[in-house]
Amino acid sequence: MTEGCKVRFRRIALYQLLFVDPMTGSEETLRKTPLHALHVELGAKMVPFAGYDMPVQYPTGVLKEHLHTREKVGLFDVSHMGQAFLGGDNPAKALERVTPADVQGLKEGMQRYGLLLNDHGTIIDDFMFTHLAGEKDLYLVVNGATKEGDFAYIAEKLKGIAMLTPKPDRALLALQGPAAGKVLEKLSPGIDTFTFMHVRRATVAGCPAIVSRSGYTGEDGFEISLEGKDIEKVARALLADPDVLPIGLAARDSLRLEAGLCLYGHDIDETRDPVEANLVWSIGKRRKMDKDFPAAEKIMDEVFNGTKTKRVGILPVGKAPAREGCEIADKSGRIIGKITSGGFGPSLNAPVAMGYVESAFAHDGTEVDLIVRGKPNPARVAPMPFVPNRYKRATA
Amino acid sequence: MSEVRYTDQHEWVSLDGDTATVGITKHAAEQLGDVVFVEVPEAGRKVGAGGEAAVVESVKAASDVYAPVGGEVTEGNKALADEPAKVNADPEGDGWFFKLKGVSKDEFAKLMTKAQYDEFVKGL
Repeated sequence: MTEGCKVRFRRIALYQLLFVDPMTGSEETLRKTPLHALHVELGAKMVPFAGYDMPVQYPTGVLKEHLHTREKVGLFDVSHMGQAFLGGDNPAKALERVTPADVQGLKEGMQRYGLLLNDHGTIIDDFMFTHLAGEKDLYLVVNGATKEGDFAYIAEKLKGIAMLTPKPDRALLALQGPAAGKVLEKLSPGIDTFTFMHVRRATVAGCPAIVSRSGYTGEDGFEISLEGKDIEKVARALLADPDVLPIGLAARDSLRLEAGLCLYGHDIDETRDPVEANLVWSIGKRRKMDKDFPAAEKIMDEVFNGTKTKRVGILPVGKAPAREGCEIADKSGRIIGKITSGGFGPSLNAPVAMGYVESAFAHDGTEVDLIVRGKPNPARVAPMPFVPNRYKRATA
Repeated sequence: MSEVRYTDQHEWVSLDGDTATVGITKHAAEQLGDVVFVEVPEAGRKVGAGGEAAVVESVKAASDVYAPVGGEVTEGNKALADEPAKVNADPEGDGWFFKLKGVSKDEFAKLMTKAQYDEFVKGL
């Protein structure tokens, strides 16, 4: 729904909160990715997102785009995300000042998920960091909406020990779905041999790229970082494959929600720390022992003694979706939490949600009520991912 | 013979005697995208013109559907609970939401004609 449309949406939850960000300003100030013209050519419905004019859906429609990605391959333009290199004598050691992830232990040719923490130990952003084979500098990818702040924060915190170089001219594609390996192999022979979270420099359709076997849909797939000038050529080559369809932000959101993955600014933000966000797995074992990350004492105390609230998956029992902001009550009607992401899961053909509840209610199977349009709708706390991950993991 | 009128909230009303059938327009259905959930009112509920009567949700958005004219609900389209996609497939036919009785002809006459509604949509 464009803003110009006057269909009355008093409760535009997902769309308004996620895709029409009041902070992005007027349309004239919106930035365009190097694929903007292609999106328009493909008939995409464009909306402001993270300061960019981005495709929310193509003529295929959200439902089919979502299901196609789980069945075959979807191509996503994620060029709004922030890419940078971190150089210095020991960039891995330096980066550990702002993240509890084990950066120094990351092997060559691998990438890892990390949380960027402020001094209070709450979450400034989530990001990926990569140790490219034979290269000293770390390669970082952060969220689009937060990239300027992240880069300024990292540069300031690591001043004198590491040098951050943002790469605004680089663009990023995500190729996601069970046939992604087969599709990319045709344009980059040999690429289908590597497994989840591996990264390498490669040539895709004749263009130099950094390719990682990763993504944010729960499916097997790749993220392909390219020079901005090359991305349209590569995107067109991928779209020429009959298995590949372009996929918009709306399906990207329902895919990641079914996969149980957090959306920054909704499921995690500067009011949450890694423990209540249920992201303790992203804290390195060595880091837990050494307690050398921001607010480590507080966070480790929470690891052992618990937090007041916790992020959980929630499956409504009925068919009504519960959207972001919806209150969660216990069976006596007392409010015990709030939904932070919610909607319809096309692969489950049912509503799905995640949110924060008081820790006493965080066990799988706990019965709760979601207050939708003033009425309690029964729901259960449920394990995530809602749809099993299908990453291509290395076989032992 | 029934006559169809439209609202600026993108509902349509088909009036036959004092009984009206209400749904959302093709334009609204297209704008919403894939409809995944519909809640229709129970028979016997009285609604005033402009009152909340039903709910429609697509993958990306939730919206209220208002009663374009006042009346008493005689039937909600129960089929939409199992097959919400009917709203996209046939918004101004099989995808109807609810029926009302005791509808005022004067209230109905104030709504937009097809030509007026088409003009209104063009201006959006």
